[in-house]
Amino acid sequence: MSSETIALSTVGPDARPIGERLHDWIVTVDHKKLGILYILYALFFLVVAGIEAIIMRIQLIVPHNHFVSPQIFNRMMTMHGTTMIFFMVMPILFGFGTYLIPLMIGARDMAFPRLNAFSFWMTAFGGLLLYFSFIGGNGLYGAGTAPDVGWWAYAPLTARAFSPGHSTDFWTLALLASGVGSIGAGVNFIATILCMRCPGMTLGKMPLLAWLNLVVGGMVIFCISPLTAAQIMLCIDRYLGGHFFDTQAGGSAVLWMHFFWIFGHPEVYILVVPAFAFVSEIVPVFSRKPIFGYPIMVAATIAIGFISFSVWAHHMFTVGMSSYGNSFFVFTTVAIAVPTGIKIFNWLGTMWGGKIQLRVPMLFCIGFLFQFLIAGLTGIMLGTAPFNWQLSGSYFVVAHFHYVIVGGIVFALFGAFYYWYPKMSGRMYNETLGKWHFWLFIIGFHLTFDFMHIPGILGMPRRIYTYEPGRGWEIWNLIVTIGAFFQAAGILVFVVNLLWSLRKGEPAGNDPWDAWTLEWSTSSPPPDYDFAVTPVVRSRRPLWDLKHPEDPDWKYE
Amino acid sequence: MVIELPCHAPEGRKGGADGDSRLPRNIGQREMHRSAQTRALLGRVAGVAVLLAAGLLAASLCLASPSDPTQIPNIFKPQSTPAHSIFHLSMLILAITGAIFAVVFSLLAYSVAKFRKRANDDDREPAQVYGSNQIELAWTVIPILIVLVLFLATARVIRSIQDAPQPPGAIEVTAIGHQFWWEFRYPALGVVTANELHVPVSNPANSKPTFLTLLSADTDHSFWVPRLAGKTDLIPNHPNHTWIDPQEAGLYIGQCAQYCGTQHAKMLLRVYVDSPEQFKQWVEEQKKPAVSTDAVAEGRRIFETTACVNCHAVAGTVANGRFGPDLTHLMSRDTIASGAASNSEENLRAWIQSPDSFKPGSLMPAMQLTDHDLDALTAYLVTLR
Repeated sequence: MSSETIALSTVGPDARPIGERLHDWIVTVDHKKLGILYILYALFFLVVAGIEAIIMRIQLIVPHNHFVSPQIFNRMMTMHGTTMIFFMVMPILFGFGTYLIPLMIGARDMAFPRLNAFSFWMTAFGGLLLYFSFIGGNGLYGAGTAPDVGWWAYAPLTARAFSPGHSTDFWTLALLASGVGSIGAGVNFIATILCMRCPGMTLGKMPLLAWLNLVVGGMVIFCISPLTAAQIMLCIDRYLGGHFFDTQAGGSAVLWMHFFWIFGHPEVYILVVPAFAFVSEIVPVFSRKPIFGYPIMVAATIAIGFISFSVWAHHMFTVGMSSYGNSFFVFTTVAIAVPTGIKIFNWLGTMWGGKIQLRVPMLFCIGFLFQFLIAGLTGIMLGTAPFNWQLSGSYFVVAHFHYVIVGGIVFALFGAFYYWYPKMSGRMYNETLGKWHFWLFIIGFHLTFDFMHIPGILGMPRRIYTYEPGRGWEIWNLIVTIGAFFQAAGILVFVVNLLWSLRKGEPAGNDPWDAWTLEWSTSSPPPDYDFAVTPVVRSRRPLWDLKHPEDPDWKYE
Repeated sequence: MVIELPCHAPEGRKGGADGDSRLPRNIGQREMHRSAQTRALLGRVAGVAVLLAAGLLAASLCLASPSDPTQIPNIFKPQSTPAHSIFHLSMLILAITGAIFAVVFSLLAYSVAKFRKRANDDDREPAQVYGSNQIELAWTVIPILIVLVLFLATARVIRSIQDAPQPPGAIEVTAIGHQFWWEFRYPALGVVTANELHVPVSNPANSKPTFLTLLSADTDHSFWVPRLAGKTDLIPNHPNHTWIDPQEAGLYIGQCAQYCGTQHAKMLLRVYVDSPEQFKQWVEEQKKPAVSTDAVAEGRRIFETTACVNCHAVAGTVANGRFGPDLTHLMSRDTIASGAASNSEENLRAWIQSPDSFKPGSLMPAMQLTDHDLDALTAYLVTLR
């Protein structure tokens, strides 16, 4: 990195009329604007799918409740799952990746800025299609509007015999469209990270966030493709007389499961590896130490990337595979715990001996570590086939994967929000509100998802719109629903904080965290061109070298 | 504007801080003051939230209705060999994962407590440690060993449950999943029934397991009676198998565990484990054709001349439909509508009049009968014992 400070012209407040500024955002190919668009779009869907979750939780608060009809409940369940996975978590992670990768590798934009814009708008179009089903899904009188086949859309429930009308088609097309967008984003991540690094930044000197997103890019390409292919096959079944999944005509329901889960399990890692990336950036800065075992962290991530493609059928232990098939998938599934465990240990190693500052981003990362540990352990329980025969398809699984996605990924995401908010907005968030958000959310999370394991153990299946009294499930469902409201309150505080701080927050300065990666060397928010002069780096922590010229990292790496 | 990097005091060598004199960071004082304040606030926030949560928890505990423990389909109260094997394996797994949790959680809690920045911190950067190959090796090898143990223990149980040979005296049942009810056929015994599976009790001295072939007539379903065995899916075009050998007579509750459509929630399942004598008697009763008296001839006529017969069968009559449950011995069952209601004359009448009021989205149509016809039909049905 260049050691002189560089004077840049100050950009004044944008005085252009609002129409022109909005137009700017629509036609932009700038990675920062697209990143923010992804994030705002995903936040919108977080609120929408969160409301769907609350509707389900109100319905389940007592047995035989009549808050919503089974049809509406099944739509809420399908839309909640589909939205949260495809239109909330994925876009928000792509958004952070798109925003941060060029800044962290010292580039001025992504490798393919137009593809970047195309990817975002395809994803956005997918979300629009999915929600348009509420208006346009009623292809046949009484056929129902939004999709209600569950987010797995298992065959043959999606066949026209069982899903008349167009609701399933909207689901299929939405995933097809957003899948194209995701593949575009994956290609762009890989090309950017491999080709656009600043001078001196060898692969071994990239920030971990870049490394982890490189792995994600590869996984996206390999796992979204089968899903996209399966959606096309389903369309052929529904409209062109195909019989891939049409069991009435000799098709295979199990084939769909394989297609879905060869996508579905790597997808879990596509979601969680970027969360690992955030934690790997935030924990060192707030522990004031470099990441422990950088090469091992990279190797573990690559191992996770590969192994994640060999575990898919652990979602199918109950479909009647042979005992050898089941044993194989047990082995791969418990094996993936090894590199994942190594990552947890390395984060602990990073904190060990540091000076841990319990600011909001770090609080969320500690929450992540605690919850991801538990999620991993319940994952081992589910990964051992016989235990899985009892637990799969029950509320235990629902609790487990929400532990991964909310307790793990969403906590890391909130950490990332608070950590990079000053960079994106130029202003500090409000620390007090941030802590309120953290405590409300973590209490709500544990009320909801800790107690949700229990009805699963007591035999309560997932995806039921109501349940019988007298099975010992009432109390747990009541607590779970109460927790959901705490979480909603936490999210409300979060949104208020984001909006309030945007206008009233203290100016952040370039480097409010005294951090070490390149994005903190430019202004907040960064100028259009990111860096006036292309930085040159010599180590993994270029800003450390700059701040400690007498004791730079490159002497030791 | 100018990029200004906060300037740092000289640092110690990596791997161990020595005692150089260091300049305080310019924002150090403010930070310290602020962090004490936020910590106090944090304490208050946490206190209020914990109190609220505890209050709610206590309130909900008081509101909870008592449940009959035998009616709770608890996977940790196994009563059949496959469920037992799973239970023992799960105890091993819980012990291992519990130990891992205890170790890692302690490390996390200790790190946060021990290494958090103190209010009187000197604002020096801590020793910069990059990693350690020995430690990495240790926390790679130990998990690999644990994984091997887990895998071997699991593979053994998979084999013992999945590849158990069917003994000669086993009862054979074909279970067929329908939207949204269960059909049970005993091909060797000539019995057909619905939603309530009867099997004989089995004990080590006189083993009488039940082997089920699982089929589906429409979408995917899953057969799950937690106290007897783990779940196995019923998939069209993909026959599956499972087995149970309940050790104690009684009623075991389960339900469909694979989302199968609108009324997945009310596709309930009851397994009655009978003593050998009871089971024998039950089979004898079920094998008989339906008997009906002249007193209900009107109801029978209505049944046989309306759409009822398209879906339902009554042995010994013209009714031989297979879309709906076999009604030959309807009144021998405790529930109707796949467990959605108890089987009383009153419920039966209401169900025929409006299935949607019990199970919205159920595939049985409302028959639009007059009150007179409805009464007659109900009177006929309650004679099907």
